[in-house]
Amino acid sequence: MIDGCALAPFAEDRRVAGPYGRGMERTPDETGPRSAVGSGSEPSVLNSVRRDTYADSVALMRAARQLSELPGVDVASLVMATAANLRQLADAGLLTDDGREAGPNDLIVALRGEPAALASALDGVRGLLEQPDSGGSDGGVSPDEPAPRALTEADPAAALALISTPGPYAGAEALKALRCGMHAFVFSDNVPLAQEVAIKREAHARGLLAMGPDCGTALIDGVPLGFTNTLRRGRTGLIGASGTGLQQVSCLLDACGEGVRQMIGTGGRDLSAEVGGVTTLDAFELLDADPGCALILLVSKPPAPAVAERVLERARRSAKPVVACFLDGTRPYSSGRLTVVGTLRDAAYTAVRLLGGSVPEPFETPELPSPGGHLLRALYAGGTFAYEARQLLPSAVTETDGSGTEIVLPDRHLILDLGDDAYTAGRPHPMIDPTVRAAHLRAALRDPRTAVVVLDVVLGHGAGADPAGPLAAELEQVQDRERPHVVAFTVGTDRDPQGAAEQRERLRRAGALLAPNSTDAARHAVALLPNRAPRARAAADLTPAGGHA
Amino acid sequence: MSTVTVEALLGAAPAHIAAVGVPDFAEVPRTAGADVTALDWRPPASGDPELAWKLAQLTAHARVEAANAEAVSRLLAVRPVWRDVLPAREALPVLDDRVSGRRLLLHAGPPITWERMCGPMRAGVIGAALLEGWADTPEAAERLADSGAIDFEPCHHHDAVGPMGGITSPSMPLLVVEDPATGRRSYSNLNEGAGRCLRYGALGDDVMDRLRWMGGTLAPALREALKALPDGVDLRTVTAQALQMGDECHSRNTAASMLLLRELAAPLSRTADGPEVIDFLADNHYWFLNFSMAAAKLATSAAAGVPDSTLVTAFARNGVEVGIRVGGLGDAWFTAPATHIRGMYFAGYGPDDANPDIGDSAIAETYGLGGFALAAAPAITGFVGGTVEEALRITRDMARITLTRHEAYRLPMLGGIGAPVGIDVRAVLDTGIVPIVTTGISHREPGIGQIGAGLTHAPLECFRKALEAFPVPAGEELVPAGGVPA
Repeated sequence: MIDGCALAPFAEDRRVAGPYGRGMERTPDETGPRSAVGSGSEPSVLNSVRRDTYADSVALMRAARQLSELPGVDVASLVMATAANLRQLADAGLLTDDGREAGPNDLIVALRGEPAALASALDGVRGLLEQPDSGGSDGGVSPDEPAPRALTEADPAAALALISTPGPYAGAEALKALRCGMHAFVFSDNVPLAQEVAIKREAHARGLLAMGPDCGTALIDGVPLGFTNTLRRGRTGLIGASGTGLQQVSCLLDACGEGVRQMIGTGGRDLSAEVGGVTTLDAFELLDADPGCALILLVSKPPAPAVAERVLERARRSAKPVVACFLDGTRPYSSGRLTVVGTLRDAAYTAVRLLGGSVPEPFETPELPSPGGHLLRALYAGGTFAYEARQLLPSAVTETDGSGTEIVLPDRHLILDLGDDAYTAGRPHPMIDPTVRAAHLRAALRDPRTAVVVLDVVLGHGAGADPAGPLAAELEQVQDRERPHVVAFTVGTDRDPQGAAEQRERLRRAGALLAPNSTDAARHAVALLPNRAPRARAAADLTPAGGHA
Repeated sequence: MSTVTVEALLGAAPAHIAAVGVPDFAEVPRTAGADVTALDWRPPASGDPELAWKLAQLTAHARVEAANAEAVSRLLAVRPVWRDVLPAREALPVLDDRVSGRRLLLHAGPPITWERMCGPMRAGVIGAALLEGWADTPEAAERLADSGAIDFEPCHHHDAVGPMGGITSPSMPLLVVEDPATGRRSYSNLNEGAGRCLRYGALGDDVMDRLRWMGGTLAPALREALKALPDGVDLRTVTAQALQMGDECHSRNTAASMLLLRELAAPLSRTADGPEVIDFLADNHYWFLNFSMAAAKLATSAAAGVPDSTLVTAFARNGVEVGIRVGGLGDAWFTAPATHIRGMYFAGYGPDDANPDIGDSAIAETYGLGGFALAAAPAITGFVGGTVEEALRITRDMARITLTRHEAYRLPMLGGIGAPVGIDVRAVLDTGIVPIVTTGISHREPGIGQIGAGLTHAPLECFRKALEAFPVPAGEELVPAGGVPA
């Protein structure tokens, strides 16, 4: 807490004036005799004068006591050179000519003992004077120390800042974190794009990671951040511009016995043309160089094509296998060590196979009676799942009419991201607060046009305590025979606080059909749709899928 | 990209994480044993997102850090030595109306016109005009000022400081403080004592008689006595000792005044008017205040003018507005309406009688004294009905907005650690912690004087305006990231 400046600017350059007399200057590493009188083993007396140095007498007496305890030092006295003090030193035989010349604003260090011991004792004086009077309260740390308010006040040992402030401030906090040498994990969204670009450039230049803004998940050195499942440690390196996508893939890996080396979220806009994939590329370099990482897996919502190409170009030069899944409709292919896949399930299972593991048998869709309705209602809390499903059903509508208080479902297939800003304004994400999704589910279950409902149930840190419960309760409100099919899947591990098995059982009891993952859920649901002509009509007036990459 | 440590991105376990924002998010990494500090965050920069971003751009900026290190080292290197007492017209030739024909008065705080001056400051102007013989009656003095025949400039524009109204006229004696290493000087008027004083806006024969006595008797005696001390009086040593004796050297100067008197007592006693001068000084517990202020002004002006520095080099109040100056922003003032003072009042007075915050004395706070050294002065925490704990807390809080600690100004109640010194505009805006000032309270009407004392603060608005004006220095060019489109 002394900040290394105590006594420095005014005393340093003339602090050891002793043997050379007042006013003569020497640097601390100059060598030379330090004893004023005597030599050999004869006790000698040494005076060192620090000009214009004030210290209170308590501090001086304490320092003197500590000096006199040093081996070879017989007597030590530190006093301000007032006339009275000089007289006392003289009476005690501790005053030399050097000391005699000191003035009342000067501090005299007077020592008697073995010459060699005195020289080294003198070196310690500075430190003794700088120490606080008492060990316990040093003014900086006390038991009721208030929490730091700013990142600049945070523990210098902090290696990462976890930022979830309102978006307009989050960019500034991230920049400050990077400036203070911390990695930044920015959960907040609504950060201006220009700030995101500046933050990521700063991080790149400093060799730090800017995860986000709008970063939902990460697992760094085994430490979970944001919405993250309880995963085993392992050898896969995951990079994702998609929080729920990363959660799905990492949970599937976990179920196959593969663990995570690092899981680096990049934020939803990282692979946009404006941001250019800075964090993705930085994370890639990091994992490519990490001998503990055996395979790299990239997940993203549909990226800007030029950025995707740049990332894939880098991936092709990787020293280790890479699996990429961009959910952009690209046909799967392999090129050298790079494998591009189209779905989250295939991303996880391809990685498992490349690592020599085995994957579950393909999901057998049960035979089911034809539903009464004809439309799909996919009500996702995880945005990435909506992108994945749209690959199967590009004609689906992606939003509901939000003009009234009542939920109006369209006369078309619906694939909804209920985590989108339009549905979360003023309330928590549907992974935490089920209210909005439950209302949509209620409407979909009672809509005679509905053939199939799709629900994701994301578990893990950050998610609600019982995400399946409110959804299951809605199902139980409707008679079995009047109800459309409900296909649900959980994203989680059995080690998650909610317990994946319990959550699945809760949904099954309520009559939901359980799919093993997002990909199979979407395929199963689409397969359940009545095979009717309107598919062709729908394809004719395609609604652009996505729009917020 | 430079190499990131591959083995552990977050360093040795447990990982240390700072969490800003939603409290629940801090819990997630804790489940894995991370050491998470949840910040007591609030929107920085008065809640203005654009300014918050600018503040972030200035955070840990290499050029700003270097500039502040330079400014602070200049501030700490100053050794304020009391050298002399001179009539203002001699110390500051700009005040010499006999030469220039221009009637100039100096005042406390940022610039202000006669029309906008508060009651106590107007009273000071009237008293000064009477003292200088520019007018015979208070009414005539007022008419003279109304006519525009008197110019006004801040003390701060002339290396000077004055408590409360700070009105300084040509014949008033100024104490001269000098840094021997550089020859830099600063000035302050002499303290009139407690009770009815011109600096508080008191007028009357008693006030005028004392001012004349100070110019005619006190100043020459001090000057004569100082000749016996060829090295002058090292004010830093006096201040350092006084902090060990219960002063914070802004609103409590009891020990320092005694120490200063002790330095001069013997030579003063040998001057012709020695006894009455010693009588006056022995009775004046505020005597050292003006020395403390001049010393602070000397140190902070040495630190002024360092480009890119965010160090506050002045905080001053004129009773209507308060203003700060910042190292990298030249002579500009960044102002806000003067604050009201939280304090204790003399019998018969209350908050309704109080003038808003006034005086240059807050320069002490920019030098690690006053509110910043409140931990040294438990005796005055009663001003605000406060406790010793509150005094310690205030000093600890001030350390959160300062750049360093004073090496000589040690605080015994905090284990001998140095007083926090060097207010950083960035830290104020980032934490929302504002500088705390200990100060006297003046009656808002002219001619009455001091009615209490207490605590106030430097308004955040001053700092916000300074940040708005502060240019972000061009930093080291950052490497463009992997061909990011422009």
